[in-house]
Amino acid sequence: MIEYLQILGQEIYKIIFLLVPILVSVAMIVWLDRRVWGLVQKRRGPNVVGPFGLLQTLADALKYIFKEIIIPASANKVVFILAPIVTMTLALVAWAVIPMSENLVLADINVGILYLFAVSSLGVYGIIMGGWASNSKYPFLGAIRSAAQMVSYEVSIGIIIINVLLCVGSLNLNEIVIAQKELWYVIPLFPMFVIFFISALAETNRPPFDLPEAEAELVAGYQTEYSGMMYAMFWLGEYANILLMCAMGSILFLGGWLPIMDVYPLNVIPAPLWMILKILFLFLLFALIKAIVPRYRYDQLMRLGWKIFLPFSLIYLVLTASFLFYFDKLPKVSI
Amino acid sequence: MNFSRLLKTIFLVEFIAGLYMAIKELFRKSKTINYPFEKGPISPRMRGEHALRRYPNGEERCIACKLCEAVCPAQAITIESSERSDGSRKTTRYDIDMLKCIYCGLCQESCPVDAIVQGPNFEFATETREELYYNKEKLLQNGDRWESVLAKNIKMDKPYR
Repeated sequence: MIEYLQILGQEIYKIIFLLVPILVSVAMIVWLDRRVWGLVQKRRGPNVVGPFGLLQTLADALKYIFKEIIIPASANKVVFILAPIVTMTLALVAWAVIPMSENLVLADINVGILYLFAVSSLGVYGIIMGGWASNSKYPFLGAIRSAAQMVSYEVSIGIIIINVLLCVGSLNLNEIVIAQKELWYVIPLFPMFVIFFISALAETNRPPFDLPEAEAELVAGYQTEYSGMMYAMFWLGEYANILLMCAMGSILFLGGWLPIMDVYPLNVIPAPLWMILKILFLFLLFALIKAIVPRYRYDQLMRLGWKIFLPFSLIYLVLTASFLFYFDKLPKVSI
Repeated sequence: MNFSRLLKTIFLVEFIAGLYMAIKELFRKSKTINYPFEKGPISPRMRGEHALRRYPNGEERCIACKLCEAVCPAQAITIESSERSDGSRKTTRYDIDMLKCIYCGLCQESCPVDAIVQGPNFEFATETREELYYNKEKLLQNGDRWESVLAKNIKMDKPYR
């Protein structure tokens, strides 16, 4: 019994050690997002609260905590309350398998990438639940759009992941990273990286694919009826998801926690810092893209997903497989 | 779709050009100012908060001719007058309802003695409506407070009137 409690305590300690940095970095990333967006548009962005406005998100969170939570009379109460919790939990749960360095990972499981993929696919449930339980037109439309969009792009992301897995021969995230010691997969699989990135934009409902919350048509999409802390949780889950997608991109294509080159000044920098730098780089791209692109029309979005990305990634999969087979570079897997 | 356009689409040419532009703009100076801490330039013709001016010897300029009351399109001005002991006509009441006022500047233009003027102050928001019903006392107070700026502005704008 005592042994069990000890293990439990250790695990909880580890989980808190993982969650607190994530929540803090989510707050920072929201600030970065708004700031970059503002600077590109020649505005200043948040710059009043704290140094450079860094504490803006904290102030916002405080505001949300003290706001009233309004539950619409016709809403399905249980599901309505559950939806933001599900969104946030799923976004945070997936971080368990992300390796920040060879040893710095909460759960080094053998099916890491599958777990990641499964949990990020589940993310759509929070949105559907929120949209449906609100019992209102805009959230419902937003939820439908979001469901269709996320399911479509999940397919192409799945095939892109198979591309990488073909080269690695393991589902373990650490092994995927170590396999890139010689060559980051961004070089041989560059088209896949681009498609992965665009799909990640669609997956996390970021512009130009932010149709589920298109403010011009759907007010705020599935979040329309939410207020106070519940809204903040949705928004936290959304940004945690974006960070997760950036982490996934850096693990699959940018060599995760590996330094750019294994030479003297670069390999002194600790591995987690490399990982953070790569995540930040990808996130900066996310933020810049938010500032420069107009929103896609819904049929264009679907066409891009099903008619272009899916066949293209399938063709590339065949190419990768034949290349590896022909040059006898298929990973040796011991069963 | 012709061939070059197809190539452009596949290689995301426009997109990369946009990204390049965005990164370039990221390091340029912002066009907006840091408002409550720094303020933009204001024209001497700025039609902001009203003020009643005095002569340098402390005498009120207003002679209660009621031209401003007559010209006011929003009928925001109310004036009552009476004869003072020295025989001059002066206002006993001079109210401006700042909520009705449309800040057109006609009162300032109609005034023969430059008594009622609109100053450069535009930050006079209040928390209640009552605070925006200005009376003579408040207007004179404004005049005393802004006199140096008001006089300078009137002088600068003189050649164009």
